[in-house]
Amino acid sequence: MSDTAAAHESHGHHPELGFIRTYIFSLDHKMIGRQFLFMGLLMIIVGGLLAMLVRWQLAWPEAPVPGLNFIPEPYIYPGENGGGIIPPQTYNALFTMHATIMIFFVVMPIMVGTFGNFLIPLMIGTGDMAFPKLNMLSFWVGAMATVVMLASFVVPGGPAAGGWTSYATLAAKGQYTGVEWGQHLWIISLLILGVSSLMGSINYITTIINMRAPGMSYFRMPLTVWSLFITAILLLLALPVLTAALAMLLFDRVAGTSFFLPEGGGEPLLWQHMFWFFGHPEVYILVLPAMGVTSDILSTFSRKPIFGYHAMAFSMIAIAFLSWIVWGHHMFVSGMNPLLGTAFMMTTMVIAVPSAIKVFNWLGTLWGGNIRLTSPMLFALGFVSNFLIGGLSGVFMASTPVDIFIHDTYYIVAHFHYVVAGIVFALFAAVYYWFPKMFGRTMNEGMAKIHFVLTYIFFNGAFFPMHFLGVGGHMRRIYNPMQYEFLMPMQHWNVFITISALLLGASQFIFLGNFVWSLIAGKKAEQNPWQANTLEWTAATPPPHGNFEVQPVVYRGPYEYSSPEVKEDWLPQDKNLGASTTARAH
Amino acid sequence: MLSWLPEDVSTYGHEIDSLFYLIYYITGATFILVTALMVIFLIKYREQPGRRATYSHGNTTLEIIWTIIPAVILIVLAFMSASSWAKIKRHVPNTDFELRIVAKQFNWEVNYPGADKKLGTDDDIKFDNDLHVPVNKPIRLVMTAADVIHSFFIPNMRFKQDIVPGREIVGWFEATKPGRYELPCAELCGFGHSGMKGWLFVHTPEDYQKWANENLAPKAQ
Repeated sequence: MSDTAAAHESHGHHPELGFIRTYIFSLDHKMIGRQFLFMGLLMIIVGGLLAMLVRWQLAWPEAPVPGLNFIPEPYIYPGENGGGIIPPQTYNALFTMHATIMIFFVVMPIMVGTFGNFLIPLMIGTGDMAFPKLNMLSFWVGAMATVVMLASFVVPGGPAAGGWTSYATLAAKGQYTGVEWGQHLWIISLLILGVSSLMGSINYITTIINMRAPGMSYFRMPLTVWSLFITAILLLLALPVLTAALAMLLFDRVAGTSFFLPEGGGEPLLWQHMFWFFGHPEVYILVLPAMGVTSDILSTFSRKPIFGYHAMAFSMIAIAFLSWIVWGHHMFVSGMNPLLGTAFMMTTMVIAVPSAIKVFNWLGTLWGGNIRLTSPMLFALGFVSNFLIGGLSGVFMASTPVDIFIHDTYYIVAHFHYVVAGIVFALFAAVYYWFPKMFGRTMNEGMAKIHFVLTYIFFNGAFFPMHFLGVGGHMRRIYNPMQYEFLMPMQHWNVFITISALLLGASQFIFLGNFVWSLIAGKKAEQNPWQANTLEWTAATPPPHGNFEVQPVVYRGPYEYSSPEVKEDWLPQDKNLGASTTARAH
Repeated sequence: MLSWLPEDVSTYGHEIDSLFYLIYYITGATFILVTALMVIFLIKYREQPGRRATYSHGNTTLEIIWTIIPAVILIVLAFMSASSWAKIKRHVPNTDFELRIVAKQFNWEVNYPGADKKLGTDDDIKFDNDLHVPVNKPIRLVMTAADVIHSFFIPNMRFKQDIVPGREIVGWFEATKPGRYELPCAELCGFGHSGMKGWLFVHTPEDYQKWANENLAPKAQ
């Protein structure tokens, strides 16, 4: 380890590079991280706007949406007094693309792409990723996948409309959805994205195994790095399964095969098994980095070591292992043998335990702290609070009999938004926390706090009442709730949710404004504005190509806040207190 | 007990409902406990000048406690659920009342046996979207799909079952109260998914006989 680190140090000097090599085809992990961030933020606007249209239709079915009449028929129909009416086919495309974009083109690029790239080398104390060229390729292949996915909006027939799960047989034959090229491009885009993710994950794993600074043992790594390490391993193993399934689906659509089509001897449930065998690890690919980031931020601003560091690391490892044997809980009423449902219920109940351990340890971290309620801290606490609700609501659907009723209802929609959309709280926490290191400027703290308060209120306003709808039996993915007598008495909740969602969307302009303004004119950032311990804060702000002037040496774990060894309430990982303390293990 | 779920008119629905409410009480208590502690800690341990945080890396006893307690609760829940699940989905009671459902974009085709008293033959009597059954009698459904996956959902009956093309899936329910109950499709099945629904009519035995005489009797040729 120390050999590679030393070898790496020798190419620490980087010549001046031109504009293109610095900003576009950059090999610098920090620039690639920023590129992923800008791409992800661009896509969150697209994904968010799609959600607004979905919500509009559910609250005021078939009422014209103002300003939407620029889209031609048959995708949008003109309203009598202006605006555009969303037809059912377009509605299906809207929620399909909303989920696809938010999962694959927002949460993955930002949580894994941005923070993985930016933080891994800095936090483990090395100059760059193990394979900088592969890293650059990973971004540009990802960008290509994004372009293909966006292109599917403008092909004849519109984008994919079979749900982000693209269940066979619906998505396996054009005639069933009426979408030909949109669904082809959806598949092709995700095939390309899989290549990008594979390159990224190989890079992360290699870098973390081989390039840690001297003294940075595995159990001195920040939990953010642990979470990204485990995420990369899950990505490496899960993505090929999706790739295989997608290829089979594409062949069924264009080459006349019958992997998933019963008329040719295929099996529609095979798609579900393959999709969720990838899909459930995928959920943890999305949420683990959020957990890691949250752990670091809670510890920093509680001025206190993380509670149960080893329990935190091992619970993530446990989640990673268990995530491979729970996929069947998406399929309790799918028609698979009910005995399998019983088995998957058992494993699903078990995976709730490490998640609970994490929440309790976050609480333990707050206990006895000296808590600073900065904007990253508020968002991290928001993540914990949402994850708590999302985790607890998951117990209902883990129970097979209860799932009979709530499966495919808004109860599920509420549950996964508390978990997956809840990740945006960790995302914002991370942006506010590392923005100074990333861009050398500080974001406006007052605006950030207003952003938090509004986001927290409207997030819960938008997603909590979905539980009520679900308990009432409100199906997901329906175009018009007013077509059902038993749903009519609950329609006021749909209106309430939509208004909250619109306000949630509007509140994000505060973030957007703060982000852009701070990027251009924010106050110059200090090297270590949060008085944090991890190695990225010992690098210059922003860190130059190559990161560290001198190879950092690590003497202790990342969470030595309020240590009795020093007067200050923080103790950086690389601070040498003299020979007597260097051997002190975490 | 709470009564948030729609009215239950099935023989097994109370098992689902009581599990739902049991989990609600457990998770509700957990939510209140964790949230209250979080708020208390945030207030009690807010930053104050001159104070120093407790230097603690954790507590093994606590880790063991909060691993074992949730594990025990969850495993007990799993076993309780497993027996209800077996009753509802795995063991179909013996019955002489069988119907065949063919799900297609965007209809439920309901088949009653014709004069030969057998299902799946040419003289089956077909209805679109309307399902008539007698109360207090187990109904066995043999379900197939003609095109894509649909999901047969009767909220009041606590019945939901995906119907997969290429498979014959068997399900059952027994109604406890006559009435008219909505029967939506719960799995995205295409542009007409929303609005794909039917009605379940549960009759008293006498009313059912009357309906059957009018609608299922062999037509005079």
